[in-house]
This record gives sequence, C-alpha cells and structure tokens, in this order.
Amino acid sequence: MKDEIESRDDRVANLKGMGCSRKRVEDARFTQGKGNYVDDLKLDGMLFGDFVRSPYAHARVVSINTEEALKVPGVLAVLTAADLEPLGLHWMPTLAGDKQMVLADGKVLFQGQEVAFVVAEDRYAAADGIELVEVEYDELPVIVDPFESLKSDVVLREDLVAEDGGLPDGAHGPRKHHNHIFTWEAGDKEPTEQVLAEADVVATETMYYHRTHPCPLETCGCVASMDKVNGKLTLWGTFQAPHAIRTVVSLISGIEEHNIRVISPDIGGGFGNKVGAYPGYVCSVVASIVTGKPVKWIEDRMDNLMTTAFARDYHMTGRISATKEGKITGLHCHVTADHGGFDACADPTKFPAGFMNICTGSYDIPTAYLEVDGVYTNKAPGGVSYRCSFRVTEAVYFIERMIEVLAIELNMDAAELRRINFIKKEQFPYTAALGWEYDSGDYHTAWDKALKTVDYDGLRAEQAQRVEDFKAGKTRKLMGIGLSFFTEIVGAGPVKNCDILGLGMFDSCEIRIHPTGSAIARLGTISQGQGHATTFAQILASEIGLPADSITIEEGDTDTAPYGLGTYGSRSTPVAGAATAMAGRKIRAKAQMIAAYLLEVHDNDVEFDVDRFVVKGAPERFKTMKDIAFAAYNQAIPGIEPGLEAVSYYDPPNMTYPFGAYVCVMDIDVDTGVPEIRRFYALDDCGTRINPMIIEGQVHGGLTEALAVALGQEIAYDDMGNVKTGTLMDFFLPTAWEVPNYETDFTVTPSPHHPIGAKGVGESPHVGGVPCFSNAVQDAFRPFGNRHTNMPHDHWRIWQTANKLGLHD
Amino acid sequence: MSTKMHIKLTVNGKNEEFLAEPRELLIYTLRERLNITGPHIGCETSHCGACTVTIGGKSVKACTMFVAQANGAEITTIEGIGSPDDLHPLQTAFKEHHGLQCGYCTPGMITRATKLLEENPDPTEEEIRFGMAGNLCRCTGYQNIVKSIKAAAAEMNAAKEAAE
Repeated sequence: MKDEIESRDDRVANLKGMGCSRKRVEDARFTQGKGNYVDDLKLDGMLFGDFVRSPYAHARVVSINTEEALKVPGVLAVLTAADLEPLGLHWMPTLAGDKQMVLADGKVLFQGQEVAFVVAEDRYAAADGIELVEVEYDELPVIVDPFESLKSDVVLREDLVAEDGGLPDGAHGPRKHHNHIFTWEAGDKEPTEQVLAEADVVATETMYYHRTHPCPLETCGCVASMDKVNGKLTLWGTFQAPHAIRTVVSLISGIEEHNIRVISPDIGGGFGNKVGAYPGYVCSVVASIVTGKPVKWIEDRMDNLMTTAFARDYHMTGRISATKEGKITGLHCHVTADHGGFDACADPTKFPAGFMNICTGSYDIPTAYLEVDGVYTNKAPGGVSYRCSFRVTEAVYFIERMIEVLAIELNMDAAELRRINFIKKEQFPYTAALGWEYDSGDYHTAWDKALKTVDYDGLRAEQAQRVEDFKAGKTRKLMGIGLSFFTEIVGAGPVKNCDILGLGMFDSCEIRIHPTGSAIARLGTISQGQGHATTFAQILASEIGLPADSITIEEGDTDTAPYGLGTYGSRSTPVAGAATAMAGRKIRAKAQMIAAYLLEVHDNDVEFDVDRFVVKGAPERFKTMKDIAFAAYNQAIPGIEPGLEAVSYYDPPNMTYPFGAYVCVMDIDVDTGVPEIRRFYALDDCGTRINPMIIEGQVHGGLTEALAVALGQEIAYDDMGNVKTGTLMDFFLPTAWEVPNYETDFTVTPSPHHPIGAKGVGESPHVGGVPCFSNAVQDAFRPFGNRHTNMPHDHWRIWQTANKLGLHD
Repeated sequence: MSTKMHIKLTVNGKNEEFLAEPRELLIYTLRERLNITGPHIGCETSHCGACTVTIGGKSVKACTMFVAQANGAEITTIEGIGSPDDLHPLQTAFKEHHGLQCGYCTPGMITRATKLLEENPDPTEEEIRFGMAGNLCRCTGYQNIVKSIKAAAAEMNAAKEAAE
C-alpha cells in the first residue's frame, strides 16, 4: 500500500495543513476573470435602482416632485420616504442603537444623503430619471465641527428631542446636549486625576485622527429578488456579515427569517465598509416587492466615499504621567467623536466607542481613565472599523503618540521609554487599568529583535549626523525613525460582553465528511480577500487528517452556512477558526471510535497520527481517515450513528491580543515636503501561524493602507458640509509607485485560550502601521522642536511643518 | 434618447455587431451587453484600472471610453488572455507569488501587465512599479504583484530563449 511506504514527513506535507504556505485555491477564478462579484450577477428582468442624493449638508426637504422622472422611458418607479412610511421602512435601526433615515424624511443631515430611489430598466434610464426628480430644499445652518455642535442652538436631530424640549436618553445613557449622542467611560476618574496631579512629569497633547474611508476597490451593492409566488426573498450583496443582515432584514421588514436568503458572493475587499446596513439594501428590497422584479443597486465611487461608512474622526486629548526615570504612572484620555448625522457606528452594542479602552496599549499603566463623547454633525454616518478591530486604530495611534510626546518631555529615547514600560512576559494574563485581560505576550523579545535587526543605535547615530549636516547646509533632507509597538484586541467576541443588536458574537463551522474521504466545511464568516477557502482548509487538514486539497470551504449563503456574525475586526481566525478546530475535533472523536471498532481494540488504545489512527505501540496497525470516512457510511457499527459530520458554535472565552514591533526609516525633503520611505520593518506576533504566505500578504496590504491614512488619505469637508474628497482624484490611494517594499518578521506567542493558538493578523499592520509612519514624520522634525502635528502628513502639511519650524529660513 | 450608432467590435477574437447609444461606455458594453464580466468597475474616473482592457495594442480604461470611440477595434480582456488549460504565465505567477487577495483588481492588473511585458520584456522593479501605477490594488500593497510580474517576465524570457 502506498501509505505504508510514505514517510511521516511525506504524510504531513501531503495534508498541506497548518504552517505551510499553501497556494490559494481562490486564485484560479480571479486570475481568469471568473470571479463572481455582486455586480456580475444578472437575473431575468432585473431592474436597476439608484439614488437622488442631497446636494446640501443640512436642509429641510420642502417637496419632491417625481412626475417628470416617471415619464422617462425605462423608469418604472420612484420611491420616496412617503412611499416607505406606510411600511414603516422610511427609517431603519443602526447597529449603534440609533435610527437612520432610509430616504429623507422632511430633512437631510449630510451631503449625499439618500432622498429618492429611482428604479429603471438600466443604469442609463435610472440616471436620466434622477436628473428629473425635482427636490425643493430649504437650507439650514451647517455644522461640521463637533465642538461647535455641542455649543450650537441648531438642533440636528429633532426626532431625538421631546416635545417639551427635554432630552430623552440615547441608546447609551443620558445626553448632555441636543447634538450629543453619548458619554462612555472606562477606568477610574478620580484616582487618575490624583496620580496626574502628583506626578513628576506630565505630558499633554491634543491630536485629531482625521476622518477617512475604507474604500475597497469594489463599492457596496446588492441585488434583491422577491419571489412572490413562494414568498421568498433572496438578497445578494457585499455583506461582511450575511447572517446579521438576514436577521436585520427580517426584523425591519417583517418577512419571516426562514423566507429570507442572504448570499454574499465574492467580495472585492471590505475593510469595514461592508459591515453596516445601508439605505440601498432596504430600497432594493422594497423596490423588488413593489415591482415584482429583481432590483440591483450598486454604488458608484462617489456614493461610496460620500455616504457609506467613514472611519475615525476622533479628536483626542491625552495626559500621561511618569516618574523622572520614565516609569508611566497614569493616563487620561478624552475623545470627542464625530459620528455624523446618524450614529451608525459598527461596534458591539455595549461599546459605543468600540475598544477604545485598549488605549493603555502595550504598557503597564497602573491607573487610567477614558471618556468618549459622541456628537452629531452634518457629515455622513458611519464610524466603522477600517481594517482594525473596533476603534483600536485610534487607541493605538493615541498611545503611540503619547509615548513619543512623553519621551520629548522626559528628554528620553522613545525606544527605551517603551522598553521600560512594557507589560512583562510574566505578567500575562494581564488585566489593564481600563478593564481588558490581555491573554499573552512577550513584548521585550519582539522589541529587542526589531531594534537589533534594524540596527537602531546605528540609525540614531546616522540621524544625529544628518541633523549636523542639515544645520551645516550640506543636505536639505531630514531623517525620521518611526517606532511603534502595538497590541491589538481582536476576535470579538465573548458573548458575555459582545453582541450586535442582541446577537452574540460567537461563530460557527459545520463539517460534512464525504464517504470517499473528502469534505465540505461551512462557516459563519465570509472572505473578502483573506483567503478563507485556503486557510480554513489548512486548519481542518491538521485537525482531521484529510488533505486540504480535499476540503471545500463554503461561506456566505445563509441557507446553507451555520449562523455566524461575519468577518471584520480580525475575528475570522480567532472565532470561526476556533469553531473550525473544535468541529474538527468532534469529527476526530467519532473517527477514533470507528477506528477502534475497525481495528478491534478499545477506543483508548488508538491514537491520532497525522492522517490516521494507529494502535498504540503498533504503528503498523492503523486506519487512515479515508478508511474511516468510508466505514462511517458503509458499515453498521454498534452504538455509533452512520455518517461523519459535526458542527461547532464557538463562544470565545476572551479576545486575542496580537502584537507587533514596527520601525520605519524615512527621508524628508524639507523644501518639497516629500517623504521617502527608505526602510520598513514589521515584526508581527499573531500567535500560531496558519499560512505564512497569506500572513505576509496581509501585512503588506495593511501597511499600505496605513501608509495611505498616515500620509494623505482623508475625507475632508468644507464649512458648508461639501465633501472635498469624493473621487479617487482627491482621495489618496497609493499606487505601486509610492509604496515601498516591506521587510516582514515574526515571533510566535500562541494564544493560551484559542484551540490552535492563533490570534488573527489582517488588521495588525494597519493598527501598528499608522503610528509608525506618523512617528517617522514627527521624529524627523523632533530635533527642531516638533512635538506633534496632525495626520495626514501629505506633502503640503509636511512642508508647512518645516516652514513653521523655520527650516526654510 | 438619441440616435443609435452601428457598432462593430472584435472582442477576444469574436466579432460583435449591435446598435448602441452614443453615450454607452465601453465597460457597460462589455459587462452588460456582452456579458464579459472580467473587467470591473472601481472608480469610473480612470484612476483605479480595474476596467483595464487592451485595444489596438494599448492598455485602455474601459470605464471612460465610449463604445463609439472603440468602433472597429480589436479588444482583449482578461477572458482572452489565457484559458483554463493554457494559462498565461502572468496568471500562473500571480497565484504562485500571492499577487492577489480579493481579486477585484486582478483582471485589470494582469491585462495591464501583459502589455507592460510586451513593451518591456525584462523590466526592472522600478519600471514595473511605474508601468503599473495606473492600476490600484487595496489588498496586496503591490509587493507581491511586482514579484509576480518579475517572475512571469523571467518565465516568458526563458521560454522564448528555449524556443530560439
């Protein structure tokens, strides 16, 4: 038999299990133009819907006249709030406990807001119809600044003010002002104030983490098809959480959940943009019900950047205290969070500011306090986690900037300051001052490896020489060394504290082994480029001993996949990956009984070995998993049901805490403001590594999105609430020309509570990358008195920094 | 709306003939009329390159060209570059070197790369980065795209040498 002559190493290699750089099974279709994205879907008689959008950021809608639009050949219907109101669908709940207008109900609150939905035979007819919908607006004062908003008499959300002028509580407690959404606190206020008052040194800084956007290359969209004969609604779309969308659609439409099928086909990148529920989905469903035909809605790029899911927009003020020697004693953080016209943040329900309370970072800070005030303005709703777990990018940027500012205050080296404050390896599991229990870490080892690899001391010496040369007029280029050490908090999450709209954030995997020894596994998550079909098969291959190439992974169809909360916040591997391993172990447990029966020994007398069960002490007596799979279907085994299937719903006991150490070396031309990235070193510790090739790819991509955010990408508004960055002409997406090569490295600190020790990696490089690029820019100017400048560090802003510091004199 | 125009195209070797409004964009023709959905729409302003096709030997962004402007042209899309049994070296190299993730930019990226390697069969990394700068990718950070194109170039040059 072939198996007998194969070495154990060959058998391991044959599985293509965990730890190998298995090539992706997804790539065949994508490289041949055979992907199946939502806009590729065509159904008989399918119509196309598109929005009339508000040109104003704040206005009353006086009237809407659809008469002329309806005369356009090919236009079948124009929906307005008045049409949706009888169905109770003119507003919809947001993921953050607020509600949002589906179509403008008397007023608009941001530029680009959905006012009417034109349904036509094709895109051209829809566009013609949109031109002819006459909307009369009465302009209102516009507020784009959250601080001004909290002082203004202008009421943005009249629906949230009682008739007597009183302010009912919001979803997250009392509100201080009619434009205030919530106050959220973590930690101890008074003790923190006391520590700060008594400290040797206190560094204070205010920073603005600008508004930006995930901007996946494929925009959001859907196709709704109501089958009136059978009473079934099918909704295809770019959904990062298809099951949650099904439940939301059922709750707001009244259609029973078993009559709704949600399908996420191939998704062209998500990065958080495709988590939320958008008016386009609701309008497409209604339009399909009204017309009896399938209706497609696809955003154009401008719709996407202007309306669906911005990220960040946090005004952060920090105070950090330390002893003279640099030991941090306390941290205070206040955030004014601009949520736009509706609070549509995609966070677990109990966390209106996401996991901002991870803002003590990787440091042993005994006392801390965080307060976040959410505020309405006349900007688009959203507040999604753009390639990060909920608000973790903001938290890590905050602490990594505060560390740098403290280093300036103490006149200390920022690498050394980090080192003396890291949580020590022996302190894990570590309970932070703001509440989280970090599962594992070895920060000193990672930091030392990073600094040694880049020759940190050599770089500092070179930088000092550069400063001398600059002062002597020998060069016009400064050198910046950007450091960041980050701890992510991902894998939301334990049902005890994480839910979205009451849905616990567990995840799931269901496995069916076929008689001939191949398998299909279905998960509650959905890949948007992460390569789940490749990596989850690798987890299973190692767990159940069948080759990854014989395992199909399927996601995204709610009629077939087990319930799960989807893919975002780096939760797929920590939660669904764990479910996969656990379901695999159930398969293995049953396989063990079958093997023992076939080998005529007791269950405990066989043990699992790569791809088989062997009799302990007699390795020549074995049954391969393939043998066992067949036996499960062709033999009557006493006391064992036929078949070989398992399902696991995994509620993680804790989050996972990946971490990493990044160093960026940058040259900056003070006369042009152009930064040139000379070197970028990224060490990531994501626990057990499933597929090193894919991890590396995720790191490259996350760093590039970090580069974009740090160096130029922004959603900017003028005072009238006009979006100034609504196309890719103005919204910075780096090209191959602007992006450096990255050096990747790793350490491995497995998660102690995860079945395979994996922690998730897709978002770490973004979380750690943004402060690293920003710190590099700021560090270049530190010798000339720079303390903090806000991102994005585009050429103009860098030039301005140089100018303010007198470097052009 | 307006008088339709008589359009003739050759797409991936197949002759197509139809009437179209003057305002019909080529990407619309390909995706909606001819059901060629490899080229994607990403920006509609010529920035992202997801819609890249080859027309008369040049890389063209199909989202900002009227089909009338392409009248009479020979057009190649990703669907015409290789077949499941005979993949183009770029298609193989992108898989081999993890040059893609979500796959949305990939058809345009590979289509553009075929032209780049025709124009410059042995490009340096800098030339690849410059030559591919009209095609945006949000997932990969380009490093593995550059690697894939380099590997495909080497493969194609070796094959050419062997044939000579």
